[in-house]
Formats: sequence, C-alpha cells, structure tokens
Amino acid sequence: MTISTALSPGRVPDAPVAYRDDVVRWFMIAAVFWAVVGMLVGVIIAAQLTYPALNLGLPWTSFGRLRPVHTSGVIFAFGGSMLIGTSFYIVQRTCKARLFGGFAPEFVFWGYQAFIVMAALSYVLGGSQSKEYAEPEWYLDIWLAVVWVTYLVVFVGTIMKRKEPHIYVSLWYFLAFIITIAVLHIVNNLAIPVSFFGSKSYSLFSGVQDAMTQWWYGHNAVGFFLTAGFLGMMYYFVPKQAERPIWSYRLSIVSFWSLIFVYIWAGPHHLHYTALPDWVQTLGMTFSIILWMPSWASMVNGVMTVSGRWDRLRTDPILRFMIVAVAFYGMSTFEGPLMSIRAVNGLSHYTDWTVGHVHSGALGWNAFISFGALYYLFPKLWGRKAIYSQSAIRLHFWLGTIGIVLYITSMWASGIMQGLMWRAYDSLGFLQYSFVETVAAMHPYYAIRTVGGLCFLSGVLIMAWNLWKTATAGEPVEAQPATPALQPAE
Amino acid sequence: MANIYSIHDALQKHSIKLMVGIVAAVSVGGLVEIAPLFLIENTIEKVEGMRPYTPLELAGRNIYIREGCYLCHSQQIRPFRDEVDRYGHYSLAAESMYDHPFQWGSKRTGPDLARVGNKYSDDWQVRHLIHPQSVVPESVMPSYAFLATTPISGDEIAEHLKTLRLTGVPYTDDQIANAAADFAAQGNVDGAGAEFDARWPKAASRDFDGNPEQLTEMDALVAYLQMLGTLVDFPKIVPDADFNR
Repeated sequence: MTISTALSPGRVPDAPVAYRDDVVRWFMIAAVFWAVVGMLVGVIIAAQLTYPALNLGLPWTSFGRLRPVHTSGVIFAFGGSMLIGTSFYIVQRTCKARLFGGFAPEFVFWGYQAFIVMAALSYVLGGSQSKEYAEPEWYLDIWLAVVWVTYLVVFVGTIMKRKEPHIYVSLWYFLAFIITIAVLHIVNNLAIPVSFFGSKSYSLFSGVQDAMTQWWYGHNAVGFFLTAGFLGMMYYFVPKQAERPIWSYRLSIVSFWSLIFVYIWAGPHHLHYTALPDWVQTLGMTFSIILWMPSWASMVNGVMTVSGRWDRLRTDPILRFMIVAVAFYGMSTFEGPLMSIRAVNGLSHYTDWTVGHVHSGALGWNAFISFGALYYLFPKLWGRKAIYSQSAIRLHFWLGTIGIVLYITSMWASGIMQGLMWRAYDSLGFLQYSFVETVAAMHPYYAIRTVGGLCFLSGVLIMAWNLWKTATAGEPVEAQPATPALQPAE
Repeated sequence: MANIYSIHDALQKHSIKLMVGIVAAVSVGGLVEIAPLFLIENTIEKVEGMRPYTPLELAGRNIYIREGCYLCHSQQIRPFRDEVDRYGHYSLAAESMYDHPFQWGSKRTGPDLARVGNKYSDDWQVRHLIHPQSVVPESVMPSYAFLATTPISGDEIAEHLKTLRLTGVPYTDDQIANAAADFAAQGNVDGAGAEFDARWPKAASRDFDGNPEQLTEMDALVAYLQMLGTLVDFPKIVPDADFNR
C-alpha cells in the first residue's frame, strides 16, 4: 500500500473488494419487520390510553407490559437493526475492506435478533426489571453484552484492515455509539440475581444513586444510540443521495468531539426537583443547554451538504426524507435543551410533552433518516435500478409527515394543558382540579395521537410493500451484478 | 500549539487511538456526576423511621415492577406548592434508599404514589385494582383482577432478602430466618403477632385483599401500596385524598 502510493502520484485503482452484503440484507429485512411490529404495538398502547377496555383485562395485554415491547421494538429492534446493518454496509465501503471476522457478523445478526425476541417475550410474561429502556433482566443483559462486544470486534477489525488512510466521519460516530453503549449497558445493569436458575435480580444501586445511573444510561441511549449512531448514518447517506461532499469537514470534527463529550453530562435533567442533589441537577441542565450547539452543528452540516442541489428536494423523495429528518433532528435538539431548563421542566416533566418530544426525535429524525437509508439501500443490495414505485415513496412521505404533526401537536397540547391544570388554584386557594379531571381532559388528544400513529404506521406498511416489490420485481441492474464475484478475502 | 484539528488528524488515522480518545471524552461527565453521589455523605439525609420492606411488601413491590406500574405512576413528589397539597411532603432521598431499583418514574398518566399508603381503604384499593372505572369512572388504568385470584407463596422470599442484603439493605439474620413465616403471617386476619411487630416496626398486618382464605398477589400489592410513604414521620401535612384521585 505505502509502496504503491509512493510510486504513483494518483490513486492506484483498488481491486474490487467482495463486500459481505448478505448480513446487511438480513439486517435491513429485520429492520422493516421490527418497524412494523414496534409501531403496531405503539398504536395499540396509544389506543389503550384512549379506550382502557382495550387492555382486555389479561396480564399479557396490559399497557404496563406492552409499553416496553413498543419502546424496545422501535428503538432497539428497528433502530438497532438499522444501525448495525448500515454500519456494516458503510464500514466496508469507506474502508474498502471486507467485513472482518468470518462467522462473527452472522453471530451478531442472530444473537441480536434472539435478544430482541427473548426481551419482548420476557416483558409480556412479566420479566421487566423496571429500568426504562433497560428492562431486560440480568441473563438477557449478559447475552446482549456478548453480542455487542462481538459487534465491536467485527467493526474495529474491519477498520483495521482498511485500505484508506483516514477513518471516515461516519465511522467516528459509529465507534462512539458502539463503545459508549457497551459502557452504559454494563454499568446500568449491574445487578445480583436471586438465583442462577431464576430470572429475578436486584439492582446493585438503590434510590438516588440508581436514579442517576439509570438516567445517565437513559439519556445517553438517546445520545449515543439515537443520535451518534444515526448521525453516522446521516454522514454517509445524505452526501451519497445528494451527490455532494460533506459541507464542512472541520465542522464535523468540532461537532463530533463536543457532542460526545457534552452529551454524557445531560442525564440529570430527567431528575429535576427530585431528591437528586441540586448540584447534579444544575450540572445536567447546564450541559444540556450547551448541547444545543454541537447538535445544531451536525444539523447545519447535514442540511448544507445539499446546497447547490436544493432542486432535488422537489424531484427526489428519498432525499426529502433525509433532509426532513435532519430538520426534525434540529427541532427536537432545540426543544430538548429548552425542556432541560429547570423552570420549564417543572411544567413539562411527568406530562405528555416529554412523550411528544421523544416522538418528534424518534419519528421525525430516527425513523425518517432510516426510511431514507432503506430506500437508498434496497435497490443497491438487491441489484435493482431503482425503488419499485416512486409515487409510493411520496405517499409514504406525506403519511409519515402528517402522522408526526398530529402526534407531536396533540402531545404538546395535552402535556402543557395537564401541567397547567395540576398547578391551578381557585380563588379560595384550593387546588382547582382533581387528578382525574386532568386525565379526562386528555381524552381527545389521546385519540388524535392514535390517529397520528395510525397514519405513520400506514406509511411504513406502504414502504414495506414497496421494498418487497423492489427486491422481488424491480428492474435489475444489467451492467454489473448485484454482488461482485466472490474473491478470497484480503 | 496543537489544536483540535491536528489532534483529531492523528486520531482518525489510527483506530485504537480514536477509540481511546472516545473513551476519554465520554468518561468525564459520568465520573463527575455519579461517583460523588456514592461518596458525599449528605446525599442521603438522616431520617427516623426508615426500614427495609417486609417479605410480603417486597413481593408486592415486585408485582408493581412486573406489571410496569412505574410507567404511569411516579413515586417522587417535587417541592411545589401544588404537589405538596395534592400528595404530601416532598420526597426525600432517604425514602428510597432501600429501593433496588428506584421507582421514581418519569410519567404521571396516573397520580403520584409516593405517599399513597393509608390514604384509601384496603377495600377501595382492591376494588380499584380489580376494576378501576368502578371507583374512578374517567380512569384509563387497566384492570388487574387476576391479582386477586393468583395465589402467592413465600417459599423463596428469604433468598430475595439475602440477595438484597448483598446489595447493602440491612436485613438482619432474624428477619431472613423468619422471612417465609412472616410472609404468610402479615396477611393474617387477626394480625401477625408481637414477634412480627418487633421485627418489622410500623408494618401493618391484616387480610389486605378481603379474602382470608388465601394469600394472593392482591394481598402483597395492597400491603405494599398501603405502606408507601408511611415510614417517615413528617410534621403534620395532611394531603387531600380527593384531589389525589
């Protein structure tokens, strides 16, 4: 490599690398499947909050057991399959190297899918340990840790055999995501099982320390799973789809280091006005506000990458998904710091405002950038010229966008209204509303939210059909085969 | 002088250096915010009256966790006028020091439960858990009728107490040795007796679920709910149960 570079001023044309795209294809299929399942459960639990009879009175179908199925289903099953799958795709292309580790990538796929299925079953059967977004019990936590470390080995192993001197931006983000999630997962789940043969365990931490550890984990699951990992996706697919280089390389460096350094501090804003010491709350709030800047730096970098190609937003619905995703990223990373201000949080905390905030990020940013990536990848992975139906992508875009708008506006309205009702006093100095009056007032907003969720789910079903048709009936690419001919690994 | 770009330039050409840089960058915040909580003594204030959960209360708490109650009910009252009026004295760190894991929650689809203990009768709690809309028509809570028909046994509860002791909960040998017996005794119609009362100060013992024939999951959950927030003796602040509903 060094010799050939020294000998020729230009680039030596690389021999085509036989990429391992089979595992990527599996992850993409799994991602679409889990998107449908996770969002369907989301619509069901939204309907349960509107009409409680839909809980059916059975232990396995009550809101409390299904809610982790929804959150894990969309974050870890859909989001996780997208992240691992796209990271395998991107790391091979940007390193010009075949995926490292022989059977290990297959193990990561099947091990991760097995984790998801076992976790979902355990929630339905009552096996939650009650830490939000970390509900699986100790035995599943250990299993996931093994799978995750294997993932890190495959990823870093591939980077190590790269034929490019530089490690591409996306890979910094994916690395930060994989490493930090491993640390968060292991520390937050430290627990002592009651028996080696039973599922129940007790967290090593209690009370205030446990709360801080959990939200250090919980907020950075957002920061590193749903932000850093997805930014890795963004930094590859937006330039590819827009056919423009990243707007500012320097901005990506500054925003990367400041984002990962600052994010980790933000957890305590989930615990404002609680028994957590004030000094920690203040630190968490301060860093949450600072976090606005690196977040918007990434947004600016993503959006400006399209400059000079703005006309394409009119004609290319895939690019439109990606750019609207980056816009929602910007919006929710502005809303987040706002809600982390203690006085604002006093109103917003414990209400649906938080739920709306999460969904503007999850639906608008994570899901939309994933949809863009899926529409980009399916033709490439299955050797097709283009997505089967362009108009179905447009329909999906509008159903998704309308769904998000209905969802987040209804949650703003219900959250702010409930927060204000809780603190309202009448002229005689008594609380104006009983708690249940504020619950009754939520009903119309819960109905609107359910409709919004249904819109979003319908769009996803259309996408699933469109991707299926692309893979099975799309017009094949003739000039070059879908997968390069097999070659010995280098 | 080295600036961020030249440092980064070195890191991004070497995967191990890049990983070390990432680990360093993400470690600082967690260490500064979490480690001191274990070391600074006044993080948890000293209060009178806190004791670990009785075996039956602990089983009830595990049902609370199993059913995901924390997803709609917080157990953390903030120091606001309206919250103190509605729920009682704001929550202290000491009140959850034996909670592995904590149950502070993050959403109030239903009201806060940090001090729900003794605010309603056992009968109200049981009816409400069986069919919430029968006592609160506008409620969106699911029915938990199956708790009343699911028997519960304390055969393995001593192992749970032992595990919790490993995490630092100060269960005594006496409490662990009698855990299974106390588990059953706390649900006795006539109370659990003097030995139990000595071992578990302030613990109520009675038939919680209105069915003296059988010890059920309903007994355990109601025993847990009825003790929430009752251990620390606060100066008289009497929240209004009507507004809590």
